[in-house]
Amino acid sequence: MANMAQAIRMALHYGETHLAVKDIFGQDVGAPLGGVFTATQGLKNSWNTPLDERGIIGMAMGIALTGERCVAEIQFCDYIFNTIDLLKIAGNTNWCSNGQYPMPLTLMTPVGAGIRGSIYHSHSFDAWASKLAGWKVVMPSTPLDAYGLLLSAIEDPNPVLFMKPKALMRVRGEELIPGEPSEEKELKAMIDAPIGDRSKWKAKWPQLEKYLVPIGKAKITRPGEQITVVSYGRHLLVCNEVADQLKQEGLSVEVIDLRSIYPYDWQTVKASIQKTGRALFVNEDTEVTNFAEHLAYRATQELFYHLMAPPRVLAGKQLPGIGLHPNLEDNSVPQKHEIENAIRNIIAEVP
Amino acid sequence: MSKKGTQKSSTGNLKKLPKDLLLKMHDLMVKSRVLEERLIKIYKAGDAYFWIGAPGEEAWGVPLGLQVKKGHGPSFDYLHMHYRATPTLIAMGMPMVDSIRLIMNKVTDPNTGGRNFSNHYCIPQWNVVPITSPIEVQYLMALGTAHVQKRHNKKSLSVITGGDAGTAEGDFASCLVWASRKGQELPMLITVQNNRWGISTPFEGQHGETNIADRAKAFNIRSRVINGNDPVESYIAIKEETEYIRKTGKPSFIEAHLSRLYGHSSASGANFVGTEYDCVREFETQLLKAGFLKESEAKKIWADYEQQGIDAQQIVRGEGAPTPESVWEHIYDGSENADWRKF
Repeated sequence: MANMAQAIRMALHYGETHLAVKDIFGQDVGAPLGGVFTATQGLKNSWNTPLDERGIIGMAMGIALTGERCVAEIQFCDYIFNTIDLLKIAGNTNWCSNGQYPMPLTLMTPVGAGIRGSIYHSHSFDAWASKLAGWKVVMPSTPLDAYGLLLSAIEDPNPVLFMKPKALMRVRGEELIPGEPSEEKELKAMIDAPIGDRSKWKAKWPQLEKYLVPIGKAKITRPGEQITVVSYGRHLLVCNEVADQLKQEGLSVEVIDLRSIYPYDWQTVKASIQKTGRALFVNEDTEVTNFAEHLAYRATQELFYHLMAPPRVLAGKQLPGIGLHPNLEDNSVPQKHEIENAIRNIIAEVP
Repeated sequence: MSKKGTQKSSTGNLKKLPKDLLLKMHDLMVKSRVLEERLIKIYKAGDAYFWIGAPGEEAWGVPLGLQVKKGHGPSFDYLHMHYRATPTLIAMGMPMVDSIRLIMNKVTDPNTGGRNFSNHYCIPQWNVVPITSPIEVQYLMALGTAHVQKRHNKKSLSVITGGDAGTAEGDFASCLVWASRKGQELPMLITVQNNRWGISTPFEGQHGETNIADRAKAFNIRSRVINGNDPVESYIAIKEETEYIRKTGKPSFIEAHLSRLYGHSSASGANFVGTEYDCVREFETQLLKAGFLKESEAKKIWADYEQQGIDAQQIVRGEGAPTPESVWEHIYDGSENADWRKF
């Protein structure tokens, strides 16, 4: 099975061969490195930019203004903050022009903690991104979803932010990407660049097929009856783990992978909470004005008489950064035991 | 009266261009000026919330608009302009009435549908990309259109206009870096309209460099400083530089010195500044002296455009406003729902 970096790479290859993507660019995105997480190795239309985030976003916006499709990358979301006004403009250009200038660009950026990345390689961006009206914002938790969401992003006529949960880039999925060889070693030999001299290396791409994960569509990854847990990205996998563990004790946890932060699949979330009467929203962005607060607010407003307990948000602490030492990082973003405790506590609450 | 901070034009320059072109430029410069003054009147009459525009930039903007390879798509020139674009667009053929629709926020406004300020034009059929209030971001977006144009190789280019104060933004430097990379040079006409003001702060309080154009030299970008108050000099410089760009695929840089005749915007009063050089009136004087134009003809040109402006304003007054619910339109392409209440 492909890992997420390979899945993204294959999606980009499909994009440049079938979806008219002519530019895949960012710092170290082109040869020889092919991206700091190797997600852009071997692509024919990838290229390196100056070390200039604003230039990267401006370039992408200009390409999009011509109607051509591109995929740009900000190497880590920690470095995206100096482009925030450009992101705002990318999101409002179609609206400001009264529908005359769509902005069909895809922007990738790795997010989140979990790799001991210290203060400037651990940021999250989902809460910030949710405020960028005009953008669509997605984050996969599996390689197959990464492949399908990225193809949907490329096809979408709007700006789409594709957030890569960096801690999952080497995590393999449980489902084959359409066209992917079943043997991991075979795939590696085909599309992973060799260590050392790569000047003569070329990827041998499998015959990939189109596979779309619709933007705005969530997925129930663990069906359950007693509580709804909504997450995305790397914490989704932790929530799955906790649900499986608690199942052994007879607790029934429904886990929803939101996949799209905006637009989001309220109907799936709503139906689940109506069934379970309890809700926990988990992500690692900082907790004040966190996107999950919007979901919890909405659940409270619209589903109040279905609720058996107050909806709860478990998010990153309101800190200036993620400290490098594990004691610091682990006390900054939600940990497995905290998710487990939160679920137990919410289930135990009696109205 | 001595005119502050800006260069005069020379009557000797008239010999450098055909008479019919000189008269055409004069006609368009008057039209642009009359329109801008009409926009100011509309604002002062309370029919608009804000005015910002380009009186004083006609001798630069009109020659630019006349030489744009006008059309839609990468085979034609892209225009990444700032909010002093009226002269260029008038020269390209924009009807006065559309500028008035924009400042009066009418639903008929073809630029923004009533959503944005005056001079924030958007004309996709001519590759005029949306003008934004944040200054200097246009210098970045032009990189992308120029990159695509280079790939298409149709001798088209991306034009950028912007003010002198905005060059303090990092985006200006980014533009120079990306446009000039060896072997990856981009077909861009990078320009600065230097009116020696940044809202209320004079040039001297914002700059240490002698010429802004000198910054382009550091990136091996061909650059020049011109008298942007002289339409002949502007025309020739733009002609030479666009020919160079179309031939070589490389960027070029023009710093045009010109006037700001009504201040920054309505926020600073929008009153005529008599100490600045008036390029339209001075050019007209030259044409009269040269015998290319009679006084009666000149008066008729001003009067005809004044009447056109009045008529256009009357038309626009009767046009409708955008509906409140239209705020939800065009957030996404095709007006796909973006309202979370309906998810």
